[in-house]
Amino acid sequence: MTVPEFSPAFWFLAGAVAMLVLPARARASAFLLFPLASLIHIWFLPTGVLQAYAYLDHELILLRVDGFSRGFGLAFSLAALVIGIFSLRVTDRLQQTAALFYAGGSIGVTFAGDFFTLLIFWEVMAVASAMIIWAGPGRAAAGAGLRYLIFHLFGGALLLAGIVLLWHGGGGLEIRRFDAAASPAVILILLGVLVNAAMPPLHAWLPDSYPKAGVTGSIFLNAFTTKVAVYVLIQCFAGWEILMWAGCFMALYAVCYAVMANDIRLILSYHIISQVGYMIAVIGVGTEFALSAASLHAYNNIIYKTLLFMGTGVVLHAVGTTRLTDLGGLARRMPLVVALYMIGAFAISGFPLFSGFVSKAMILEAMGENGGWLVHVLLLAAVGTFLSVGIKLPYYTWFYRESGLEVKPYPAHMPLAMAILAAACLAFGMVPGWLFAWAPSAVEFQPYSVYQVVEALQLPLATFVAFWFFRHKILGEPKIALDLDWFYRKSAPLWETLFITRVNRVFSATQDILDHWTEKAFAFARNPARLLREVPDRFDANLQRADLGSNVGLILVVVVLLTLLSLW
Amino acid sequence: MTGDHSVVLIPVIFFTAALLVPLCRRGSRRWPYWVALVSSLLGVAASGEALWRTLSTGEAIHYHLAGWRPPMGIELIADPLSAFFCLLITVVTVFVLWHGRSLVESETPGKAVPFYSCVMLLLGGLSGILLTGDLFNLYVFLEISSIAGYALVAIGDKRAPVASFRYLILGTIGASLYLLGVGFLFMTVGSLNMGDIASVLQTRAMSPVEISALLLIVLGIGVKMALFPLHGWLVDAYTHASSTATSLIAPIGTKVAAYVLIRALFYLFDTDLVREGIPVMNALAVMGAVGMLWGGVLAMAQTDLKRMLAFSSVGHVGYIALGIGLASPLGFIAAVLHTLNHSVMKAVLFLICGSLRQKLGDNALDSMNNSLRLRMPWTMAAFTLAAISMIGLPPTAGFFSKWYLVLGSLEQGKWHWVIVIVLSSLFSVVYFFRVLERVYLRPQEGAEEEPAPARDESRPSMLAPVLILSASLLLLGLGNVMIVNHLIRPMLPAGF
Repeated sequence: MTVPEFSPAFWFLAGAVAMLVLPARARASAFLLFPLASLIHIWFLPTGVLQAYAYLDHELILLRVDGFSRGFGLAFSLAALVIGIFSLRVTDRLQQTAALFYAGGSIGVTFAGDFFTLLIFWEVMAVASAMIIWAGPGRAAAGAGLRYLIFHLFGGALLLAGIVLLWHGGGGLEIRRFDAAASPAVILILLGVLVNAAMPPLHAWLPDSYPKAGVTGSIFLNAFTTKVAVYVLIQCFAGWEILMWAGCFMALYAVCYAVMANDIRLILSYHIISQVGYMIAVIGVGTEFALSAASLHAYNNIIYKTLLFMGTGVVLHAVGTTRLTDLGGLARRMPLVVALYMIGAFAISGFPLFSGFVSKAMILEAMGENGGWLVHVLLLAAVGTFLSVGIKLPYYTWFYRESGLEVKPYPAHMPLAMAILAAACLAFGMVPGWLFAWAPSAVEFQPYSVYQVVEALQLPLATFVAFWFFRHKILGEPKIALDLDWFYRKSAPLWETLFITRVNRVFSATQDILDHWTEKAFAFARNPARLLREVPDRFDANLQRADLGSNVGLILVVVVLLTLLSLW
Repeated sequence: MTGDHSVVLIPVIFFTAALLVPLCRRGSRRWPYWVALVSSLLGVAASGEALWRTLSTGEAIHYHLAGWRPPMGIELIADPLSAFFCLLITVVTVFVLWHGRSLVESETPGKAVPFYSCVMLLLGGLSGILLTGDLFNLYVFLEISSIAGYALVAIGDKRAPVASFRYLILGTIGASLYLLGVGFLFMTVGSLNMGDIASVLQTRAMSPVEISALLLIVLGIGVKMALFPLHGWLVDAYTHASSTATSLIAPIGTKVAAYVLIRALFYLFDTDLVREGIPVMNALAVMGAVGMLWGGVLAMAQTDLKRMLAFSSVGHVGYIALGIGLASPLGFIAAVLHTLNHSVMKAVLFLICGSLRQKLGDNALDSMNNSLRLRMPWTMAAFTLAAISMIGLPPTAGFFSKWYLVLGSLEQGKWHWVIVIVLSSLFSVVYFFRVLERVYLRPQEGAEEEPAPARDESRPSMLAPVLILSASLLLLGLGNVMIVNHLIRPMLPAGF
């Protein structure tokens, strides 16, 4: 079957425009058409550079299809479709329009063949996703959205600076793999991409904003931004050794915060960072097998992470809160949701028979061969993953104790959407061949060896046993989620002084410096005239008006000065 | 058949209209408006025709007034550069007049006749500046347009007469400097015709008198262009003039001065000497760059939207000056493209100021909150788009002129200009987001008790021009390659 050769992003952009004019009743159903069209379109697209225009002295490549972009494009379209099913009850025009723009931007980046096209879709993503956050409830969403937007515009600026330098260097703007011998241009591009990948310390926007979006908003947000960054990293930065270290650091760092978080959507937000860490680490390995592992893990992650977020979305929809200390005992009111959520939780934890197991085994294999001891960091992070997403979150949300919250009924299309994704998790886990069919290059890998299965089982089992003993301590007192004090005070006060106090001191000193400069910047923006002379804090135009004589004098000075300079 | 007369028709139409408007006093109240609008439309047609003809033949159209041949007689010249500027100012005028249909009467009651008459005089003067091929004749048109401009500014709020007086004093000084420069040139070269002077100056080295003449012309026009630090008149004039007057003068007044600068520096004087012999280009670039920062910093501080936009104009004049100061094809393209883009952006923003003033009574930033978004969603959407374009995010028009400016600076290895461009863009992020944050996010005081404000969009005659102009920002952005290749490249002076 031949299909018209234009970027599938245009399906979404057309959809976003359609959302602007369609009446409320038709919007939610019409929403589904556009991801579906894109899904079919991508399926039949041939490989190669298909749509390009000459523009600004270079080629603007709107559509370039290869194994990676096809897989990511399909995964994104599928996610948009299923989230559309989940949000059939949404009537908010802003959110629906922004969601399609956002998905369109992501697909646009995925199929872009040059950095200029990429940048344009990148900015579309940034603005549209900020809109999604703004569609969330309350003032917290407004503030978080603004911070989010500023962060991403900053990332976009880094990217733009890198692209300008690249162009100036005469290297051409085609998207290609960069050598590890870095030039400033490439470093700037990498930094811009890492902002979107939420690499600590550039990650603050993610846990800040995702938990504050609406029920369906945060589901949408989780699927795209970070994975688009992973896609760009695969295309441009494969084999950069530094990414191996950065990814492992990221995986572990975010898991620590996830274990401590009290909001179930915050836990999942930190896990986005942690999972992206896995992918980035293996991108750092850079072999063909490693890249297949990274992209397959990204597809899996889009699927099970969306499933998990949907689970928390149902909770938020039904009881109106996502704070772990307020929740509990909801399982009897939503058994199906718990079951579907647990499929996602087992998948993210890498249990055998679930999709995460296959791709995680590939990642560990690739890391074990090339990364040395770093693979143990990833194993450690896996423990934290299972502890927080697989045990802590479901246990305190749906079991543990009766919270007495009023549970609103939830519409049937929510579990339906979850069931579609859960089926995919199971199918890819049980028949790895179906997953490998999506890989950009042929994969020869047998995940179900005895060693791997045993390893994959014993870590979570040990975690579970440990958790069971400490289950009353881990939730802590109602004030905050998890009192880490408990661990280190009992075990060794020395550790506390050595690590916690010192590290805290560094952090708080950094914070003080930052605060100081932020305050200065605010004062400057409020009234820059203060730099020049002593004036009230509040700007007053009348105080700043120079008299006519000074203006005339200034003109004369400039005339004389310039004449002197020229005739010298 | 207009034949070759289309060139002279442009100023003639406006001057005739300036005389016709007072005669309408006895007719319907609407007549002055219609006379002004129809003549602007005729102006658009005549400039469009001239631009089309000069582009398609590839030659400038020369018109000798009263049949006197230059260098004795005065000639009007329409080449791609001047015809393009003519088209730009007439098109902007049409939209501004359309928007002002009811605004002029409500903001300055009873002043419609002098207002429209002055607008026509201003346009006649400006189009004359653009088309004339004679330096002294240019001075005459400059004075006509300036005096009309002073009068327009004076028809404003209570403080407008003072602002207009400042404008008059400083503007006159600028014009005098220019005239002095022309006098010096006439002394040594013995001609006032631009082509004549150019043919003399470009064959021999320039004497100190001629260099002084060049500097006087550049700085005199710099005052008219509000080039930092010669911009003392601009901010008060823009703030206190009536909304329609500001939205007319701001987008086109300073741009015509920029045109004169381009014409003088690239076509009149020996370009090699101007570029290397004397530091005038560097001085222009420095003044432009400092102006970009200065305008941005002061714009952040303002508490009044109109005043904020006025300071941002100081900054954006700096972009144009920097483009000219680079003295390279890319810089030239950036300057001309930014003239076009900034005209449209500033027209949108100042027109929205007018719409807001009609609804709110003033332009104070403090009184803005998210009820505006609910009351005037379309106007605010247009404002957002124009603000994004001012900041310079792709794919809006504002991005591309900055892009060419960055490329032009990099081409010469002048990194410091890139830093200045990025910094000033950051400043504009700050001052525009201050507005956007209020309009979209800041809740109304006591919003919980009051019901959400009802839709209260400005009338169609004010909304339509705003929407069309802001949508055209996207078109200008996406079509910038076509504009650059088919419109601006043919303008490049022969020296490049």
